[in-house]
Amino acid sequence: MEVRLIDIHKRFGPVRANDGITLTVPAGSIQGILGENGAGKSTLMKILSGFQSADKGRIELDGKPVHLRSPADALRHGIGMLHQDPMDFPPLRVVDNLLVGAPGRLLPKRRETMQAMAQLAGSLGFSFDFRAEVGALTVGERQQLELLRLLWLGARVLILDEPTTGISTSQRDQLFSTLRLLASQGKTVLFVSHKLEEVQELCSRVAVLRHGRLVGEAFPPFRVDQLVTMMFEREIALGEREPTVPGEPVLQLEGVGIEEGRVALSGLDFQVRQGEVVGLAGMEGSGQSLLLRGCAGLVPTTAGKVRISGIDLTGKPYRQYRKRGVAYVPAARLEEGLVPGLTLSDHFLLTQKTSGFLIRREEGRRVASQRIAEFNIKGAPHDNVESLSGGNQQRALLALVEPQAKLLLLDHPTRGLDVESVIYIWSKLKERCRQGAVVIFTSSDLDEILRYSDRILVFFAGRVSEPLDAATTTVEELGRLIGGGE
Amino acid sequence: MSPGKNGQPVRAGGPFSRGPFSRRPFSRRPFSRRPFSPRPFGAPRQLGLRVSKAGWTNLALQAAAFLLALGVTSAILLLAGAPPLKAFAEIARGAAGSVSGVANVLVAWVPLLLASAAVLVTFTAGLWNIGVEGQIVLGAVLTTWVLRLLQGTALPSGLIIVLAICAGVVGGALWAVLAGLLKTFGGVNEIFGGLGLNYVATALTLWLIFGPWKRPGVGSMSGTEPFPDRLALPVIGNLRLSLWSLGLGIAAVIAVYVFIERSYVGLRLKAVGLNRRAAFLLGVPAWQYGLLAFLICGGLAGLAGAVQVTGVYHRLIPSISSGYGFLALMIGMLIRYRAVWVAPIALFFAALNIGSIQLPIVLKLDSTLSGVLQGSLVLFVLLVEGARQRYLRRTRLAGGRSTEPAAAELSGRVADG
Repeated sequence: MEVRLIDIHKRFGPVRANDGITLTVPAGSIQGILGENGAGKSTLMKILSGFQSADKGRIELDGKPVHLRSPADALRHGIGMLHQDPMDFPPLRVVDNLLVGAPGRLLPKRRETMQAMAQLAGSLGFSFDFRAEVGALTVGERQQLELLRLLWLGARVLILDEPTTGISTSQRDQLFSTLRLLASQGKTVLFVSHKLEEVQELCSRVAVLRHGRLVGEAFPPFRVDQLVTMMFEREIALGEREPTVPGEPVLQLEGVGIEEGRVALSGLDFQVRQGEVVGLAGMEGSGQSLLLRGCAGLVPTTAGKVRISGIDLTGKPYRQYRKRGVAYVPAARLEEGLVPGLTLSDHFLLTQKTSGFLIRREEGRRVASQRIAEFNIKGAPHDNVESLSGGNQQRALLALVEPQAKLLLLDHPTRGLDVESVIYIWSKLKERCRQGAVVIFTSSDLDEILRYSDRILVFFAGRVSEPLDAATTTVEELGRLIGGGE
Repeated sequence: MSPGKNGQPVRAGGPFSRGPFSRRPFSRRPFSRRPFSPRPFGAPRQLGLRVSKAGWTNLALQAAAFLLALGVTSAILLLAGAPPLKAFAEIARGAAGSVSGVANVLVAWVPLLLASAAVLVTFTAGLWNIGVEGQIVLGAVLTTWVLRLLQGTALPSGLIIVLAICAGVVGGALWAVLAGLLKTFGGVNEIFGGLGLNYVATALTLWLIFGPWKRPGVGSMSGTEPFPDRLALPVIGNLRLSLWSLGLGIAAVIAVYVFIERSYVGLRLKAVGLNRRAAFLLGVPAWQYGLLAFLICGGLAGLAGAVQVTGVYHRLIPSISSGYGFLALMIGMLIRYRAVWVAPIALFFAALNIGSIQLPIVLKLDSTLSGVLQGSLVLFVLLVEGARQRYLRRTRLAGGRSTEPAAAELSGRVADG
């Protein structure tokens, strides 16, 4: 089935998640959808699968305009989505999982379903014990099950969102051959990923999204560097690089391993000295954020030693790190960074050293006004943080970092901000560095990383590169490393 | 927060959503993803004293909710074949028609004040302390225990009463902390933990009344042997009202108000309740503060139980908490966790309870009618508020104004996913 998305718009408040995307996917093709986090690929897929409705734009299937009201409605039109995390019911048996959501009468026909399913599964090369509980299956098997369910319910367009995270290589190979088989039968596959080598291996065409727009399409043979350039493009006005004179080591990692969920880092061995800025580059989810949280004591390390200013803090809780001058600023501003419902003034009171039991409001307002002025936040002390714009929320987050902090761990400090805010925030950060602080940050903007870092670590599939000297690295080189090249 | 748009689940994640018994207890279930949020509308905390245009709308909506609740109660009365107006007039007369009526309202007001002040603390920390009922009971049990222990001694009566009340506070606090520990280290949601502990508390009372503490001869539902008069809080004249307990109740509400609105600890507690993860990252030890909220709440609830024993019943009875804990939870929801409203609403609820006592005699109606009115009032206030929020959110999204919280919240979610 041919899928045509025409001029799709979707905004969430100030964010244009999809900004006029037009894309045609011919029947029988495997279409790769590439883009960094926040590029709009998830939103686009949610619109196509009926989870969300577009503010503007049309969807045509085989030339006929359709209006998708819900995921079930989309499935009736033949569009099925395979989510990154299996959306199934672990305590139920396999057969019951298949029957959930299937049109049917009061009593399900388990036996007939099982026979039909076994046949379909066989044709795809899957085999299941239909009486087993889904919770006992591997992620890969659950994915196959979900695929089977969608096909059985008549899906002719399959959307796969990051399907290869957490499954074994052989399951991945099987998934890919199944997808090729389905495409050869005329089904349309949309493959959302940020793993370039998989897209390269599987897809017959690729669309790249950035900031809610379709920035380019590519066809085999794909060139990795070209795809990377499309995904991350330069957009920050460049300033002059200042040479830094590194001082005492602030952060020392000795053979550190950190593990969380599907991402594991190991053998991290480096140190960062006063005044340095270290940029962490890589595809989203390659371990950059994990490293930051590991260095803040938020994720326990599995091996090695973490020293802050020479003091061994391995295994110590976050509070200890905080006390030693480590500041962690999360990427999700309103979910993890700030407390919606409290005012700016409240936030400063919350982070200040307190004396006495009762709040001294005047003092709070004074400090708040001072920091608001210092960080150029557009808002008043009594404004609730959720009423601020994204850029001002970010400035507030940085204003909350204690002035004594020596190690600033910033997860996407400038994501979604306008250029002016980015430049302002970096001027503040560089000021901190001149006073002897260390900044370690992640960004999906390669130019930002090259511009503001002294050294760069590139993350790829749980591996971390040797620190690169930012002054002698080019965007192209960085792009190649991020894509897994040498 | 509520589930995401179109019902898709809000992404859970981070180091805080790991398996049970994780090393970072309390933090593994961020409040924003709990099934019921104690702050269901994300309502900003207003004192409700300054009346803006939105304030007037709000007031009108609240009045509408009140009328709807009256309407539903009237309909039920009509179905039961009773004249609604007469019933309401009877309730008013029962509550305010005589000196003893007013005194009784105040007697019922005290435990409601204490219990409402108690649940405000846990609500502030984002916790649904359903176990407040059991905490009142345990307060009463420990008070009774100390009174029994010391009633034969030569200690002055005043000292015995003070010690007994302190024991009640400790009892309630311990029972609450138990619920908190279950949540923190056992992964038991405080709603279910509290519910379970309520049953245990009731069973404990019954066992004590019919077992170790039974009256000479045979145990009875009327409770333990009453204490001598010298171990009761002094009352005014021949009324049941004690100025001491009234003073305790009012002092507790003021203290909780100051604590929540004016103290650093209260501010941190608020932060934990509004966004546990962010509060933790900003340096507030989140689970410790959660336990602290349980501790304070349980202490106040235990005080309510102690007051019921020393000031009202002078013994332990099976239904010593009289459902005041659950009523307090309703008050908490009704006033949307704003401390200034505790006193008047608790007074209103107390008046309803006392006023309806006359109903069975005069109109052959059951006195639980007050419960119907209270329950429907809470439901309609929540309903009206929910509808208002829905309406606001829709107009915001349609308007697409960037500074509105709902939009900002959504955009944060998008940028994250």
